[in-house]
Amino acid sequence: MEHTPPPFFKRGPAPLVRLFFFASLSLALLVLDARFRYTEGLRSVLALAAYPLQRAATAPIDFLRTVGDYFSTQAQLFEDNATLRAKNLALSQAAQRYETAEAEAAQLRRLIGAGEKLAVKSTPAEILYAGRDPYSHKIFINLGERQGVKPGSPVADEAGVVGQVTRVHPLVSEVTLVTDQDHVVPVQVVRNGLRAIAFGGGPSGMLELRFTAGNAEIQNGDRLVTSGIDGIYPAGLPVATVVRIERDAEHSFARVICRPVAGVDRGRFVLVLSDETARPPRPEEAQSGKERRSEKARRARTKERDG
Amino acid sequence: MALGGTSEHILRPARVSTVAASFAIALLLNFLPWKDLRLVPDFVALVLTFWCVRQPRLVGLGVAWGVGLLVDAGNGVLLGQHALAYSALAFISIWLSRRILWFGPVLQAAHVAIILAVAQTLVLVVRIAAGDPFPGWAIYVSPLAGALLWPIVSWLLVLPQRRLEREQTI
Repeated sequence: MEHTPPPFFKRGPAPLVRLFFFASLSLALLVLDARFRYTEGLRSVLALAAYPLQRAATAPIDFLRTVGDYFSTQAQLFEDNATLRAKNLALSQAAQRYETAEAEAAQLRRLIGAGEKLAVKSTPAEILYAGRDPYSHKIFINLGERQGVKPGSPVADEAGVVGQVTRVHPLVSEVTLVTDQDHVVPVQVVRNGLRAIAFGGGPSGMLELRFTAGNAEIQNGDRLVTSGIDGIYPAGLPVATVVRIERDAEHSFARVICRPVAGVDRGRFVLVLSDETARPPRPEEAQSGKERRSEKARRARTKERDG
Repeated sequence: MALGGTSEHILRPARVSTVAASFAIALLLNFLPWKDLRLVPDFVALVLTFWCVRQPRLVGLGVAWGVGLLVDAGNGVLLGQHALAYSALAFISIWLSRRILWFGPVLQAAHVAIILAVAQTLVLVVRIAAGDPFPGWAIYVSPLAGALLWPIVSWLLVLPQRRLEREQTI
């Protein structure tokens, strides 16, 4: 059907050999990426190549949105303005009270000699698109290395924690949502201060508190906030609400299911928080057995010499 | 024209620019902010299948592997999972290329459904091996949707290779 003449001589290696070659190359890359994370450089170069297409793909949606904004009615705008003004009033009052409370707290912390808490800096970012991967829960935002985003920064919206920046490309960053299976947040129950760890629930879009004792004092409707002891999330950000508790006498742990409070699967804008609180350095890890033995031997030797 | 039938048109040779443009458009469609990704066909895989069936000498495993890496990086998934799946897809498509074109649109689509499902299964195996949970059988809707689009996609992609009716009769 095509009239290209069949090349009789130059055919290259057999297809099966080629398949074997490329499959082993892919497998090697997979292992390097999943186990050792050696491929970040290659990934950011490729991501930069895909960036114009990604921006172009979101352009029609942005355009439709702009057109929609243009045709919004005056009545709608008035109504929005009124609600926003009322909300602003309420919030400014809350902010004033918060300021005095913060000053008071800082004074009290100084009195008891605790380290000062620095303010958390927040940068607004726009969600570009959700990751095209049904196996994980990730979103991409329009801030990258150029704008000073660092891997590990927490990301929140107006309601609570959305997730954490896990990978930073030059122009975009990848945020792993709190509902991702590999995501963990240390939390605290607001009502009684009980600490727990919230794991992402994967496809269910929920969170799960693992390793909470069967008799732990936790109820349906309890609100969970970040405890801040991990050194990543600032303390006191709302995370989730408990929706279901299954206590089973067979297991020593209770099964606690919570719903995230932030719009992890909706909304357009998020805040990237950069918490630069001065923290004391972590205590050194326990020494491994071999080192400990050698140290013991050395101590024994010095004792012999001294004694 | 002696042969007459529509499928027997003598086509122009495919240009590299056409291939590149089709991949760019497919990537663009993939990057659109879809609501549920499990139900959306993988346009890149579909275009890749088309070119591997039609032009096995122009688009082969090397192209498939490179495009796969681009998809991996763009989607922020494990580097190599689509590269592996697309290489296998290209291999099967080239292997079946002489067979597929003999069938009508429906049976061609059936072949394509199987090829796309094999690629999807490879991705699934890689992700489960990497420790991710099973996302549900809905992921196999995507290859089926892709197969449904096959007749349209193959008609569209042959279009730039068509000659004018007048040219053919000369």
